Order: sequence, then structure tokens, then C-alpha cells
Amino acid sequence: MDFSFMRDTFLQLITGVPLTLNLAFTSVAFGAVLAMLLALMRISRIRILDIIARAYVFVFRGTPLLVQIFLIYYGLGQFRPTLQEWGLWSFFREPYWCAILALTLNTAAYASEIFRGGLQAVPHQQVEAARACGMSGFLLFRRIVFPIAVRQALPAYGSEIILMVKATSLASIITMMEVTGLAAKLISQTFRAVEIFVVAGAIYLILNFVITRIIMAIEWWLSPHLRRPPSIEPKLEAAHV
Amino acid sequence: MQQLSYFELIGFGPNGWGWALLTATGMTLAVALCGFLVGSVVGTFVAWAKLSRNMAARTLADGYTTVLRGIPDLLVIYLFYFGGSAALSAIGGLFGAEGFIGVPAFVTGALAIGIVSGAYQAEVFRGAYQVVSRGELEAARSVGMHRWLMFRRIVAPQVLRYAIPGLGNTWQLVLKESALISVTGLVELLRQSHIAAGSTRRPFDFYITAALLYLVITWVSTYLFQRAETHSMRGMRRAS
Repeated sequence: MDFSFMRDTFLQLITGVPLTLNLAFTSVAFGAVLAMLLALMRISRIRILDIIARAYVFVFRGTPLLVQIFLIYYGLGQFRPTLQEWGLWSFFREPYWCAILALTLNTAAYASEIFRGGLQAVPHQQVEAARACGMSGFLLFRRIVFPIAVRQALPAYGSEIILMVKATSLASIITMMEVTGLAAKLISQTFRAVEIFVVAGAIYLILNFVITRIIMAIEWWLSPHLRRPPSIEPKLEAAHV
Repeated sequence: MQQLSYFELIGFGPNGWGWALLTATGMTLAVALCGFLVGSVVGTFVAWAKLSRNMAARTLADGYTTVLRGIPDLLVIYLFYFGGSAALSAIGGLFGAEGFIGVPAFVTGALAIGIVSGAYQAEVFRGAYQVVSRGELEAARSVGMHRWLMFRRIVAPQVLRYAIPGLGNTWQLVLKESALISVTGLVELLRQSHIAAGSTRRPFDFYITAALLYLVITWVSTYLFQRAETHSMRGMRRAS
């Protein structure tokens, strides 16, 4: 192990972290919106919406992400004249947007199942109680269903975010120079796979560790009812007065 | 030159890529299956280490599963692809062989998949082992079974039964991960589609075909795992 080489490698790979996080968070944010929509379609009890959402989840969970990325980045090039006509070519020409699109569509499929599980785990009594108080529609969803569902779904959704951070590495195959892309370039230049692997792996582990901690903090913050009540210290000074 | 129709393109005719795609699908299945089996062996030993009373073994195994589940699979594949060849060349150098010795892409792929999926399978096996009733293990010990006999007769059959759903999930992961092996040049389904797309300039047609073939594989394997689960659970009452 050559530590000065590893330090140089670290300084080079760290420049890829902003892009890795950018890809992960942009696609997780867009994906969450789409996933919520899909989850609502699944529980809507409208047959056609349910079937569409099911098919979407089946297709995107059943095929490798890399195939989806290639399909969007290389595959849509086959329809270049049409896309140019529609003014969409400048979007699909950029590897960044193709990666974002593929990651978003992919995470939406996985997250929609997590959200659906969360929504279905909302106790029926709570909904009934809310209805008895006169809530319905969006108010019921906003005040009762959504907060409980978020709490239920958060642990699983945390692992999905970690999976997405790992999945951004595939963007390196379509020329995005994030951490894995830089690592692959360095390996092919220096052929010192082990050292570079250790450094790149450590960067991902640190990122994922920090993200897990943040999710745990949010979980703690969202479930005050599970925390022990703060012990009320008797005011000893007052007793002497 | 006239444009071939989609079905001529992926069919089995003179201009069709049908056989190439089918062979590549076989390659995908082969590398995924080998990787999965390597992962089962690795996973069994890691699960054993995790459940052992030996502190060092437990720490090592925990570290292994944390690291392998926390870093991208692609990095592991690069490590095996580049690192494996470098190591082999160095070993070859000791025996007087000169120059670069490449590890076959299939071996790289199966090992990389195995090492990664081993981490996931270890967790599956550990969880399944904890469900096996303590009473049965005590009973086996009290009738005088030794460790290996007890493992073969009591532990393994039950762990496998409880592990089937988890193993099904891991298999799906492995299958999708096998697409990443295409970066090492192994001609599996994605690589073959890439080649075909390049030579015919019809990328969409080939990638969508690849996606469909992957869907068929995942669909069939979901069905098979469900069958296996109901089969292994026969005679057991389920609380539902």
C-alpha cells in the first residue's frame, strides 16, 4: 500500500462526489413524486390506473438499470429526427439528463411499492376516527394518512436512497465522471486497482454512513410518540424557599 | 439498402440476430447462476461466522456484509477485472511467464457477483437460521447427533425452507447485476445487444428486445421461486 498515492487518489476521486450526490438526489426527488403518484394509482381502486401502475412497476423492477440507461441514452437516438422535430433532442443528447431520467424512472418503481406499503399500513381506526371528526379527501390525507404512512415507510425508503447512491455509479458507463467513473479512469491509467478500489469504496461508505445517520435522525424527529418523555426534574431550589 | 423490419432483425433468418441473442441469454443465465452459487457458498460461511461466538469472526463477517452492501457493484467488478489480471500477471511473473495475463471475463464476472451476492445471502441465511426452533436443535443434540449430521439433517433443510423468499430476491438482484458484467467484455445479453445495435444502427430495437428477454427471465424465476416456496411449505400451517 502506497499512502501518498492513495492520498492523491482520494483528492482526485473526491471531485466526483458532487456529481454523485447531484445524480442521486435529483433522481430521488423526482422519483419520489412519481412514486407517490404510482402508489396512489395502485390504491385508487380504479382498475385501469391500477393495471397501468402494476405494469410500470413490473417492467422497471424486472429489467436491469443498465439496460434502461442504454435504452434511453443510445436507444432513443434511433428516433433522432422525430425527437429533433419535437425539440426534445437537446434533452436526450445529454448523458446527464438521460442518467437522471433512467434513475428517476427506476427508483419510482421501487419507491412506489414502499409508499404503497406505508399507505396500506395506516390503521383503519385512525381513518375512521378522522372521518367521524368530519375530515375527508385531501384534508384527511394531509393530516392523518400521509404523516402515518411516511413514518411507516421511512426505514425502507432509507435503504432505497442508499441503493440509489450506489446506482449512480452506472452513469459512469455513459461517460459521466462521478466517483466510479473517475476511479475507472484512474485504474485504466495506473493499473493499481486495489488501492483505487479501497479509496473509492471508502468514499461510498462514508457517503452512505452519513445518509443513514440523517435518515435515522429524521425517523427520530418524526416519531416523538415513541420517545421516552423527558423526565421532569423537580426544582430543588424551589423547595428551600 | 432497405430497412429490415423489427422481426427480420431479431428473427432467426439470414439477417436476423435471433440465435446470437438467445446464446447471449444463455450466457447471462450461466454467469448469473455461477455467481449465485458462489454467493451461496460465501454466504453460508459468512452467516456461520456471524452466528459464531468468536468475536473476531463476527466482526470480520459484519465488516464484510457492511462493506459489500455499501459500495457499488460496478466498483467490485472493476476490482476483480483489473485487479485479478494484475495479480495473475504478478504470479505468472514469479514463474517466469512474461507480460499480461488476463482473467477470463466469465470467471471475473461469476466471482464478482458471488462476492457481492454472498453478502446479501449471508443476511438471508442468518435470518432463516434464527427462525429454526431452538427446541429442534436441542432435540437433535440430545439424540446424539454431531455437528455435521445435525447441520445436514436438521439445520440445512429448515434454513433453506425459510430462506427461499429471501433467496428469490437475491437471485433477482444477481440477474440484474449480471448486466454489469458486460463492461468486462463478456458477451452476455446486454453486450450482445450493444454489438448488434452498433452494427445495425438500430439501438432501440435491440435494447428493447434485451429488456423483454430480461423480463421473461425474471418473470419465470418469480414463478419458479413461488412454486418452490409452496412446495417447501407443504404440511406447514401458516398464520395468515
